[in-house]
Amino acid sequence: MIPLVSNTSQKTFISRLMQYPVTRAILALIVIFVIGLVFNGGGAFFKWPAHRDMLRQYSVFGILACGMTIVIITAGIDLSVGSMLGLSAVVFSLLTIHRDWNPWHAIPACIAMGAILGVVSGGLISRFRIQPFIATLAMMVFARGLAKFISGGMKISTSIQQADGSYIYKNDPAIFKMIDSRILDGNLAVVTLIFIFCLFISWLILSRLRIGRYLYAIGGNEEAARLSGVPVIKAKIFAYGMCGLFSAIAGICQAAQEYQGDPEAGVSYELTAIAIAVIGGTNLMGGRGSILLTLFGTLTIGYLDKILSINAVSEAGRLMLTGVIIVSAVLLQRRRK
Amino acid sequence: MAEKKPILLMHNISKRFGGTAALEGVSIELYPGEAHILAGENGAGKSTLIKILCGVYSEYAGRIVLESRPVKFSSPQDAARHGIAAIHQELSLIPAMSVSDNIFLGREKMKKNGTVDFSAQTIASQKILKRLGIDGVDVHRPVEEYPISIMQMIEIAKALSMNSRIIIMDEPTSALTEPEVNKLFETISALKLQGHAIIYITHKMEEIYKIGDRITVLRDGRFVAAAPIADMARNALIRNMVGRELNEQIQRRSKVCAEELFRVENLDIADPQGNRNLVNDVSFSARKGEILGIAGLQGSGASELLNGIFGAYGPVSKGSVFLNGNPFVVRSPGRSIEQGLALLTNDRKTTGLVLGMSIVENITLASLPQYSPVCWMRNSMEQKAALRYKQELNIKADELSREVSSLSGGNQQKVALAKWVGTKPLVLLLDEPTRGIDVASKHEIYELMNRWTAAGCAIILITSEMPELIALSDRIIVMHRGRISARLEGDRITQENILHAAMGQEREVA
Repeated sequence: MIPLVSNTSQKTFISRLMQYPVTRAILALIVIFVIGLVFNGGGAFFKWPAHRDMLRQYSVFGILACGMTIVIITAGIDLSVGSMLGLSAVVFSLLTIHRDWNPWHAIPACIAMGAILGVVSGGLISRFRIQPFIATLAMMVFARGLAKFISGGMKISTSIQQADGSYIYKNDPAIFKMIDSRILDGNLAVVTLIFIFCLFISWLILSRLRIGRYLYAIGGNEEAARLSGVPVIKAKIFAYGMCGLFSAIAGICQAAQEYQGDPEAGVSYELTAIAIAVIGGTNLMGGRGSILLTLFGTLTIGYLDKILSINAVSEAGRLMLTGVIIVSAVLLQRRRK
Repeated sequence: MAEKKPILLMHNISKRFGGTAALEGVSIELYPGEAHILAGENGAGKSTLIKILCGVYSEYAGRIVLESRPVKFSSPQDAARHGIAAIHQELSLIPAMSVSDNIFLGREKMKKNGTVDFSAQTIASQKILKRLGIDGVDVHRPVEEYPISIMQMIEIAKALSMNSRIIIMDEPTSALTEPEVNKLFETISALKLQGHAIIYITHKMEEIYKIGDRITVLRDGRFVAAAPIADMARNALIRNMVGRELNEQIQRRSKVCAEELFRVENLDIADPQGNRNLVNDVSFSARKGEILGIAGLQGSGASELLNGIFGAYGPVSKGSVFLNGNPFVVRSPGRSIEQGLALLTNDRKTTGLVLGMSIVENITLASLPQYSPVCWMRNSMEQKAALRYKQELNIKADELSREVSSLSGGNQQKVALAKWVGTKPLVLLLDEPTRGIDVASKHEIYELMNRWTAAGCAIILITSEMPELIALSDRIIVMHRGRISARLEGDRITQENILHAAMGQEREVA
């Protein structure tokens, strides 16, 4: 076959393609995927359940990463998403199991609580000019404390201890089963559907709404944005509010998957969420990134974890390898001049 | 002093930045025990010369002779080792560190065992401060607890601790009060007696004659004159500084209406920290179709005036603003844009553009509600508008989706201008609209200014290029130290008159 393009222009075509963060994110995903095909854990990687389970397991992280992406685009960070997940899981379980709330009241209540706490973080950051790291660190500790206070330090489950020490047992609420179920002959988890819904909402915000443009502008150059009339304070409060809202949704999913509200749930999840956003190619300096990148980041981290587990790599090895892979992916992602 | 040998000789220094010459064959002689004034308008080449002397720029043509030995400094540290210290407007002290730690930063006195000898540093710092005649400074306290005048003294102490023979002071009095200035001058006199040589840059006429012994004047990167201060009278100094060729090619087609559009009354503008006023009691007005020029040298407060009016520092402390006869609310940039005001800031990279965003996104950033009724972006509407402005301002870019950082300076500036025109302003505040861009783009921007004023806008223009200011402005107000020092119209708009007023001589106030 006669090559239609000369070697040099082919090179420039590829390097031009590599300028796009999406191309690089896809490349990172492909690399991981190929590694999976080679180290396939005795063929386990070739079977659909491995992929289906990965998607199900990583949906909660992906939902957290949606909010994290929005915040990181404004050049901020939200360390409180893991604690907010725990708090939301506890409150949701308490309302539905102990208080027998209608789930269609409990879900909005949890989401509103997450959004409000996010708005508080956003207000501290934008109005009172506390650094995002510090403000959300404080919120992380506070929300974890609140989760423990509300739950009395116990897991909120269907077995409830009475004052006299005896237990009463309740049925699993229908909503838990619903969220934990799968559709399409058990091939698609409902939590994955919820993750896709969150991706869609984030995409709408970042790519289709005026506020999204404001978020990118703030992350790119806050002073120029402010002098262009961008409502910086409102936009930042919105970003952290959305992040809190997504954390609450993730908490509801987590509670349903575990059939309980664990006040310790979500510890260190914020780090996974940040890693997902960064591996996707969203820049911690702000102004660059997209929700599509975060989808690829979720898949990359998810597959990495899956491949390591089907190959029965010990936890110690998994952690070390994950560290190495994160650095490699970020080096691969680096913007070339 | 003539019998002394010069301590420093900079001979025939030239420096180019890309295609433009910043300095061409400039020479300066410095003698021990003198305060040597370096004078010139903005852009005359003073700071380039200083940066060469301080080792910031190590690539240049010409030679430097220090105490009879030829030298070439490779870095600021190198220059400092040779006894050259510079005190800039932005002080280089570390606020949270103690006075003595700052003085010895990077050159700590060490004990034999490898730890810092704090007591030796304390004693040495106290000695130096005493030599400067400063009491009441506890060298253990952090620098940030002292006022800016003391910080400057600490900088000088730092220079002395390095045995600097040559001390460069770049506008050292811009943030000082009257008594503090006097204190600084006493210190300078003491330094002169001890044999130090001082290069002093200032835009204030009275300081030149109060502190200077000799003076060198630069203009457009060239040497103009050097003389003992007594031999250069004020008028001669001004004559030496001005005399840039007026640009005949700048065409101003003035169509000023009688109708007043914008008025500012007795405005004070405090700095964002609220410590002091950047602008004091300023009043002016602009008519429909008028270009009102604001002249001012560095530190005049002109730029701060525009930022303040635009609401960049929040509500103003005193004074009132009227637009189209209605009271104008100074609160925030967003509020100002709604009311029909636009501000092109003087630095497109840090305050003008979001460099990582596309050309379209930058053009529409200040007017997004137009393209997103009910919060929802109408991308086709936005694209169409951006294309229109691209054509109107002749922005040269193959694709509007490219990052704005990929454009040339001139085209970036046009994008910034397009952003503001897109807000449909009644009054355009332009702060250095032609800074750092090519000649062709400059002329296109002049043409746009003509077009916009013909359409009934008023433009308030700041530019440090005097020929440009004179050619374009229908009237000019001159600022000095945050106040208006002259209002010029018609024949009285001359380079001499502007410079006199900008340097603080209130001889022709209307």
